[in-house]
Amino acid sequence: MLSFILRRLGTMALTMLCLTLIVFFLINLGPNLKKLAISQTEMHTSAEQLESWLVNHGYRQNFFVRYGQWLGILPKQPITDPATGKPAQRFSFCNDPVVPTFSGVLQGDFGCSTKFKTTVGAKLFPALGATGLLMFWVLAVMVPISLLIGILAGMREGSRTDRTLSVASIASTATPEYVSGVIFTVIFASWLGWLNGSAASASQGLTFYNFTLPVITLAIYGIGYIARMTRASMVEVMTQQYIRTARLKGLSFGSVVVKHALRNALIAPFTVIMLQFPWLLTGVVIVEVMFRYQGFGYTLVEAAGNNDIDLLLGCSLVSVFIVLITQLISDVGYAFLNPRIRVQ
Amino acid sequence: MQTEYINAFDIVVGVLWRFWPVWIALILVMGVSFAYKKRLGLYGQLFDSGVGIAGVFICLFWLFTAIFASTISPFDPLAQVSIMKDALPGAVEPGSKLIYYFGGDKLARDVFSRMVYGSQIVLIIAPAATGFALMVGITLGLPAGYYGGRIDTLLSFLANLVLAFPVILLFYLLVTPGIMDTPIPYAMAGLFFLFPIIFFSVLFWTRFKNRPDRLYILLGITLVLGGWIYVGLVFDRDPLHIVHIDPNQLNIFVAVVFASSPGVFRIVRGLTMDIKTRDYVAAAQTRGESPWYIMLWEILPNARGPLIVDACLRIGYTTILLGTLGYFGLGLAPESPDWGTAIKDASRLLRSFIHPALPPTIALMSFVLGLNLLADSLREQSMKD
Repeated sequence: MLSFILRRLGTMALTMLCLTLIVFFLINLGPNLKKLAISQTEMHTSAEQLESWLVNHGYRQNFFVRYGQWLGILPKQPITDPATGKPAQRFSFCNDPVVPTFSGVLQGDFGCSTKFKTTVGAKLFPALGATGLLMFWVLAVMVPISLLIGILAGMREGSRTDRTLSVASIASTATPEYVSGVIFTVIFASWLGWLNGSAASASQGLTFYNFTLPVITLAIYGIGYIARMTRASMVEVMTQQYIRTARLKGLSFGSVVVKHALRNALIAPFTVIMLQFPWLLTGVVIVEVMFRYQGFGYTLVEAAGNNDIDLLLGCSLVSVFIVLITQLISDVGYAFLNPRIRVQ
Repeated sequence: MQTEYINAFDIVVGVLWRFWPVWIALILVMGVSFAYKKRLGLYGQLFDSGVGIAGVFICLFWLFTAIFASTISPFDPLAQVSIMKDALPGAVEPGSKLIYYFGGDKLARDVFSRMVYGSQIVLIIAPAATGFALMVGITLGLPAGYYGGRIDTLLSFLANLVLAFPVILLFYLLVTPGIMDTPIPYAMAGLFFLFPIIFFSVLFWTRFKNRPDRLYILLGITLVLGGWIYVGLVFDRDPLHIVHIDPNQLNIFVAVVFASSPGVFRIVRGLTMDIKTRDYVAAAQTRGESPWYIMLWEILPNARGPLIVDACLRIGYTTILLGTLGYFGLGLAPESPDWGTAIKDASRLLRSFIHPALPPTIALMSFVLGLNLLADSLREQSMKD
């Protein structure tokens, strides 16, 4: 088991290395750098000045050297101040070093956000905290509801409850966040006036009034999928021999479901819930933009829209890490939950 | 000047009336399919359940809407009639006396016509991108599952690499205006669009290599037709000027294929690993058939059930992806009538007007719902066999 986890962690590190290299390459394409230089210098700068800004701020160094600096295996060089000829800080708002130092992701320095004029860490981690809060409430709503729907539907396959709930779950998987968000806002904010259509005030304090719409919008898309997986797993368990044995020895239907079926039927949904995280990430971006909630998704969109290289790299690193770690947890957890599975 | 309005009942009747070519086509197709459902195989079996009928109905409805879009919509989707800015549903346009059934948006365009034309964009890109993703996934998934070993390790690692990207980040990196100045989208298009040609060539070669008369005709058709479309799509140099795609649509197309082919790859690989242990594969191996013959003519036909179901779901998912792209204003032109862009424009103004937001949201939702119902029904029918 331990060697399995270690091997998986090794693959994970390799994957992250490859992915960050790809992201680094795509962000540093010529047109993107030009866009960054334009946004960082004053209006109407000539092409030569843009180029000299890029050279000056170290963006024209060798690609792999810069990747190594970002990673922290090569020392970050200070820039030369064109006026005095002395070494100076690259970006003064980030306390960049004036002497060559190893300061990259491996040392815990995620770089410098050109859009927000602060370090990436100072911007990214509060945003992650805000999104973590959102995620917590989404999971707290989504998991119990979807498991309940799935179990109720799969308990008696083909019954009227099953058909109704199945169609309802299909409908919920057909409703992406930007659709349900608009519909919920129209109903609950514009029409009934019960809830707030914007979660911008949620960073000061969460209330039912400003936080319900983002949470249910995010939850509704996942509910259908998890419910369907739970239903399929429940249906399979209910046809097993040990369920028939339990019924034949005279146990009531309710007690068979709760004591015998449920425990075995919940193994598969665990994996599914874990693998929902990558989907939730996309949903988080949509919902945070739609409801103006200052979290991770909002930061990602701002970083991508303004070509904020280091911030976008930080965002990709975090999201890729989340995806890979949830995959690992789902595999390891599955092996723990299901004694029939043995990892070689 | 006071704008005239028609009442809600007239709006409903009017909208239903505008869809007349769709109703006629639907009645014809559904009627014929229902009459001959016994002879239509898997498609005919769909008409045995309510869910299946609903799925077929919704999908055909949007298909015919896309085909007859110019007849159905009263206005040009980009035309602006300034007096109709933010008009409420049912407003009568004073010039032509035609009606803005679902009102006007903030740029005074007819919401109804835009919804109808939006279906065209979705119904062209989503199935086509899914088709290409299937080709790529099948061509790579079959050898990975069949041979296993090093080729499987390498391809699976690459697939997992793409799958580990959050979709939204992938699109922010791949579908930006800046990337159009680099050769990356064209290189990717050149790579992906090669797969259908390879697929069909190998398909015909393995089957007919001992029958040159059939082989040369089929290979010739594949290469000429495939090459023609390839040149038109990738290099935009079609000698006959028929095949043409906008650079930004090509970019979206490539990004969507790139994002969804690893999913197909994983499914095909899993199915292949399962099916290759069957007796008929062993029989073919004993006969001395070549590996690619076994993959394409023994394994693939037997994997078609799950693949068809997956294709249905995947078209729906691609529709959602296209909507996401539109919602973030990536790729598609800002005035494009597709549903995602329309939802983005309308959702910014929900506080003042809600009517431009509802038609595109309901359209997108119903189309994806139709595809999901279809997939569910197909899955149930194929499980019965």
